[in-house]
Amino acid sequence: MKGIRKVGMLAALGVASALTVAGCGGGGGGEGQGGAAEGPTATIVSDFPLQGANRAQTETMVNAIRLALEERDGMAGEVTVEYESLDDATAQAGQWDEAKCAENAQSVAQRDEVVGWIGPFNSGCAAVEIPILNEAGLGMISPANTAIGLTKPGGEPGEPERYYPTGERNYTRVIIADDKQGAAGATLMDEEGFESVYILDDRETYGQGLADQFERTAEELGIEVLGRDGIDGSASNYRSLMERIAQEQPDAIYFGGIIENNAGQLLKDKVGAGMSNDDVAFIGPDGIFVDELLNQAGDAAEGIYVTFGGLPEEELSDEGQEFVENFEAQYNEDIQPYTAYAYEAANVMLDAIERAYEADGDVTREGVLREIFATEDYEGVLGEWSFDEDGDTTLTELSIQRVEDGQFTLDRTLDVSDTVASVE
Amino acid sequence: MTTGEATKNRSGALLEGIRSSSWQSRAAVAVVAVLIVLLLVQGVRDPGQFTSQLLIGLTNGAIIALIALGYTLVYGIVELINFAHGDNFMIGSFVGLTVLSGTLFGLGLFSPISGDSGAALKIAGVLIALVVAMAACGAINVGIERIAYKPLRNSPRLAVLITAIGMSFILQNLGLVWKGPAQVPFPDLISSANALPGDTIVFRWKDVFVIAVTVPLLLGLSYFIKNTKQGKAMRAVAQDKEAAAMVGINVNRTISITFLLGGILAGASGVMYGLFNGITVFNVGFTQGLYAFTAAVLGGIGNLSGAVVGGLLIGVIGSMADQYIGVRWTAIVIFAVLVLVLVFRPTGLLGDRSATQGGGSDRA
Repeated sequence: MKGIRKVGMLAALGVASALTVAGCGGGGGGEGQGGAAEGPTATIVSDFPLQGANRAQTETMVNAIRLALEERDGMAGEVTVEYESLDDATAQAGQWDEAKCAENAQSVAQRDEVVGWIGPFNSGCAAVEIPILNEAGLGMISPANTAIGLTKPGGEPGEPERYYPTGERNYTRVIIADDKQGAAGATLMDEEGFESVYILDDRETYGQGLADQFERTAEELGIEVLGRDGIDGSASNYRSLMERIAQEQPDAIYFGGIIENNAGQLLKDKVGAGMSNDDVAFIGPDGIFVDELLNQAGDAAEGIYVTFGGLPEEELSDEGQEFVENFEAQYNEDIQPYTAYAYEAANVMLDAIERAYEADGDVTREGVLREIFATEDYEGVLGEWSFDEDGDTTLTELSIQRVEDGQFTLDRTLDVSDTVASVE
Repeated sequence: MTTGEATKNRSGALLEGIRSSSWQSRAAVAVVAVLIVLLLVQGVRDPGQFTSQLLIGLTNGAIIALIALGYTLVYGIVELINFAHGDNFMIGSFVGLTVLSGTLFGLGLFSPISGDSGAALKIAGVLIALVVAMAACGAINVGIERIAYKPLRNSPRLAVLITAIGMSFILQNLGLVWKGPAQVPFPDLISSANALPGDTIVFRWKDVFVIAVTVPLLLGLSYFIKNTKQGKAMRAVAQDKEAAAMVGINVNRTISITFLLGGILAGASGVMYGLFNGITVFNVGFTQGLYAFTAAVLGGIGNLSGAVVGGLLIGVIGSMADQYIGVRWTAIVIFAVLVLVLVFRPTGLLGDRSATQGGGSDRA
């Protein structure tokens, strides 16, 4: 399906109408003429926190979706697609806000022209939105939610069933979930020869779930878990906690949480308590994989590890490299970790709309949802992958980033398929 | 002979006190005693650890105490809980940060003072940041009183309370507009190295800094209230506004000065908080303000020594809970202590509204 990307490129150059777009994946194939024509229309929306510490990242994600659409001349096959960007953050909260997430989902649920939802960014927000959009039968593709419980058992009791009141699944994600990300953290410890760990989380859906997954895999790999605590994201400092952890003399500290919950302060106090990142490793998840962290924590961030449920731009497929070039040519912004994932989500969504129209002769939420789940052996910027029956990606390769000279740099990539299989 | 008699009387009074006490308060005393014994056992088992945590608690508590003083000072005079105080504290930390960055309204006045600057420049930077923030927050607090509280002085209590909450939100949102919603780092001007020899007990230069700012401010405030004419006027206004006015005290000016003092404390603690923790954020005033307000109530609102005791106590309880119980439980422990204290001593540990009237005597 390399052809699709090429067509997309050519379309951007304005010669798309000469080419036939081949349908992609799961038997939903068909033929459609490219180029603008009178015809059906559909709307897709994205929902990200556009205010707060993650703003620089989420803005590139919105632009990546725009780029995906522009490359197809605003068309998914014969369907003219409108795109709208929603913001699920409030200035007051400085990050995503539960009430705002619910409000966005409810208002979109009532608009029949909307057939696809890209987002959200935060797993806690997804937990609010999925049930609302599930009742509305709207297909979702998240580029960034990693909490395991959203699609698979293994999180809190009642998950994931409680998110799907109709019993039908409507939620997918192109990012690798936390069972694998947690496993990556533990595998990293194993590879580095760290034997003991102290686990912290930020008491949120995402952070706590991730720390649980990490803990499971760590125990499986024979790593000693010295303790587990949940930090208060608005505390003034964590000196007492770090003093206590220092006493336990762990080889590493794992933090499951997001940057908004004071990760910078946590790092400062960790190093301040005499546990330098060389003596006691610090491992965090993609929730703190934000350049802002380096600004907040300063020198204390030097040498920390961050797991990322995907690959950084330099490790992406050939299509991925092409995307990076196009993106940087079009927008005066640096690519952020999730930018490519938003682009992939947009392309999967647009392909699904195209196939749905070809199969049904009409674009309905039902048809788009069916085609999203039918995505199989998709060759995109992330490599070749499919959605499994839970809506999770089949990719298993993650990356480990390390802060060197004040910058996140790729430390290694890890394939966790063996580790995850052994835990399950 | 007389001393013997006195001791006997005293122990007799104590026995009488125990006999007349309710079973609840006996149980409470027993629980507190058990807790203290448990803590001491831990302290003996690992004295270095215990002392380090105690010191961490005391320095964290000192910052809370300094904010709490602002609440209690104002309450003592006008019986108003100035909710905007915590946010004024946040503004103080932002002002300090701006001074250190050397840039105001896009104008680069001087190059930023950072961790790499020379020692003299660092000291000067810290002092200037403190003074500017104290002046700014003092002025803001006086302004708030003039605009939002003074016109409502004779209105129902609830009206002033709501304007106080309103001012709190206004300041918080100004901070949000000013520095954005993400946490902002402070330059690392004060060394985190241990000021004590050896490394069993950790007391960093940053901790020394907190004590070096807090103690003189406390002593200065206490001197001002006890020994100056203006302090005397404040105590008089606290006792009875009308009577004070009758004897020729300018009540409006006295109240303004009280708010000025509260603002100065907020400014100082804001800069100190930033330099000490290294990070500040627009809603820091809400959480820190909540703890400070709790400290003021715990010690007895209106009582200056009470605010200090309450602040230190919350700091120490927090660090001990972090160490011996678990971080998840810390907030629960702190507020459980508050509830317990208020149930048995509704006026707080040291009693209500007495400091501005001349010290820590229990008036309740």
